[in-house]
Amino acid sequence: MHEPPPLLSVRDLKVHFKVRDRKAWPWTPAATLKAVDGVSFDLRAGETLGIVGESGCGKSTLARACLNLIPASGGEVVWQGRTLRPDDHAAWLAARRDIQIIFQDPLASLDPRMTVARIIGEPLRIHRPELGDDAVNAKVQAVMAEVGLTPQQINRYPHEFSGGQCQRIGIARALVLEPKVIICDEPVSALDVSIRAQIVNLLQELQRRKGLALIFIAHDLAVVKHISDRVLVLYLGQAMEVARGDALYARPGHPYTEALLSAIPIPDPRIERGKVLQLLSGDMPSPMAPPSGCVFRTRCPKAVARCAQEKPALRALDGQTSAACLLAAERAG
Amino acid sequence: MSDVTTTPVLRVRDLSVRFATGDGPVYAVNDVSFELGRGQTLGIVGESGSGKSQTMLAMMGLLARNGTATGQVLHHGRNLLGLPQTELNAVRGDRIAMIFQDPMTSLNPYLTVERQMTEVLELHRALSRREARVRAIQALDAVRIPDAKRRIAFYPHEFSGGMRQRVMIAMALLCEPELLIADEPTTALDATVQAQIVQLLRELQREHGTAIVMITHDLGVVAGLCDDVLVMYGGRVMEHASAEDVFHRPSHPYTRGLLAALPRLDAAAGALRSIPGNPPNMNELPPGCPFSARCGFVQDRCVTTMPPLQPLAPGAPALRACHRAVADLDALEAGHA
Repeated sequence: MHEPPPLLSVRDLKVHFKVRDRKAWPWTPAATLKAVDGVSFDLRAGETLGIVGESGCGKSTLARACLNLIPASGGEVVWQGRTLRPDDHAAWLAARRDIQIIFQDPLASLDPRMTVARIIGEPLRIHRPELGDDAVNAKVQAVMAEVGLTPQQINRYPHEFSGGQCQRIGIARALVLEPKVIICDEPVSALDVSIRAQIVNLLQELQRRKGLALIFIAHDLAVVKHISDRVLVLYLGQAMEVARGDALYARPGHPYTEALLSAIPIPDPRIERGKVLQLLSGDMPSPMAPPSGCVFRTRCPKAVARCAQEKPALRALDGQTSAACLLAAERAG
Repeated sequence: MSDVTTTPVLRVRDLSVRFATGDGPVYAVNDVSFELGRGQTLGIVGESGSGKSQTMLAMMGLLARNGTATGQVLHHGRNLLGLPQTELNAVRGDRIAMIFQDPMTSLNPYLTVERQMTEVLELHRALSRREARVRAIQALDAVRIPDAKRRIAFYPHEFSGGMRQRVMIAMALLCEPELLIADEPTTALDATVQAQIVQLLRELQREHGTAIVMITHDLGVVAGLCDDVLVMYGGRVMEHASAEDVFHRPSHPYTRGLLAALPRLDAAAGALRSIPGNPPNMNELPPGCPFSARCGFVQDRCVTTMPPLQPLAPGAPALRACHRAVADLDALEAGHA
């Protein structure tokens, strides 16, 4: 099968933060928090890549590092075949015209003192300064119609809108530059169930119409599976599994994915009560002191002694699934 | 629904909550009734503004100062509404306990877990500090906090989110309450931790026969835990039925809409059926059904008159508030598809 070249390629991306303990002596070296530790993925045109993981797994940091909003400590981001160096601001600015982002908290990500017209028009004024006021206005109105807002709402302020409508404004702002990729960082987590479906449907419809590629980040595996072609499962800053959405559910390759799937309640009492829960013990370890070897081994029900010594690489199990697990790799042969 | 042979632990009759605001009265909860027997779990499901949390706060006498509750909240026949604070305090935390969504804001950050837990026992059980400490450690063990003997001296911030919620549950269960009211207890938690907490509640219920009112927007949690479900929208009960009925034979358009709007892990991908429109604005509710503005089956009378909450069929335990007959909904839905 001929694969088109990826639009966006992330290679061994690392984001490490230096953290100083306030109680430590001034001369003790700062500790390192590995928020993202060697994640790689490709995103092809028109595709949706889901990134799922629990809080603190590094999914939002990964999203921001893809746009250099947080500088990466290692690895590279390749946009349409060209490596974007961290200090090449012109190249990043150009790339960001094509890669837009929408955020989790719909109201907090909008400036309360700007009207909808200014919020949605702002990217145009930055990236397309040659456009006049009328052209900007026309584009803003067109994009508002596309996301289901009415032109009468153009002079209103964010507080006059509900959460779902604010997220539509956020989507309009991301869409106005006609990008190729939109990174959606928990776009529906703050919304009510009935509104969540509206926004998910809107994103899918926009994707179909415009051939957008989406990176869809969420902690809710059900939503991620619904919208994504492929899903990347993240744990403590590392990729545990990458798989096609349906394969991920039918044949999870990694014990963490299995546990995550079993933990998500299915809205059906018959299934939910008969389900054998595979409960993980304890909480996620601190990213300041990740376990040796496989980072998941401290909570893994299948861990063996070897898992503490050897760090498993992401290996293909079959055509649809790759997992970073020594045991899964052995089973696959 | 509740078994006739057991006397209910809690019987709520026509509970309504009204807030006096600068823009006039807001009717946050209207005529909510239910009863709960020993060891039963009732799920109260709704989105933001549905009145589910206010229902619970009204039951416990914890409404904001501009709120007034009317109706009856009968705990073994005694109405908790209008009870003086001192008598209410004797019930709260003892026979009826509560856990909240955010354990960090519900625990006192200045006190160790030990102090907060022993306080409960000293107040309600008149135990000495030493006896109370032993009981508190047992309670922490029961919710499976490892190394409870040492950790009891910790401050709330020294625990992770899941552990903090366990501390809250341990604290709520100190006096072995008959009724536990849980307001979105797992919403702030990760899926794997949520599963641990739900499992824990299930076990505690089995062992102690505690009745639980579970307030949540997560239909998955309800499916796993609840016997009966109360679906609320815009301050009113839309449907009240067994979990089996609500999930497999939902009789109200709103319940049907909610279930169809939910992506499911075990379903193939297809477009989600979303509910159009926005959540209700409690200041401008129509005189009729609060869901009428978003309902696909709306008729003229829905906007003008609120349908009463009635049995699905004469004598049936399941209740619903809708002008349309279920057969009508089925036919119209089949027509749309």
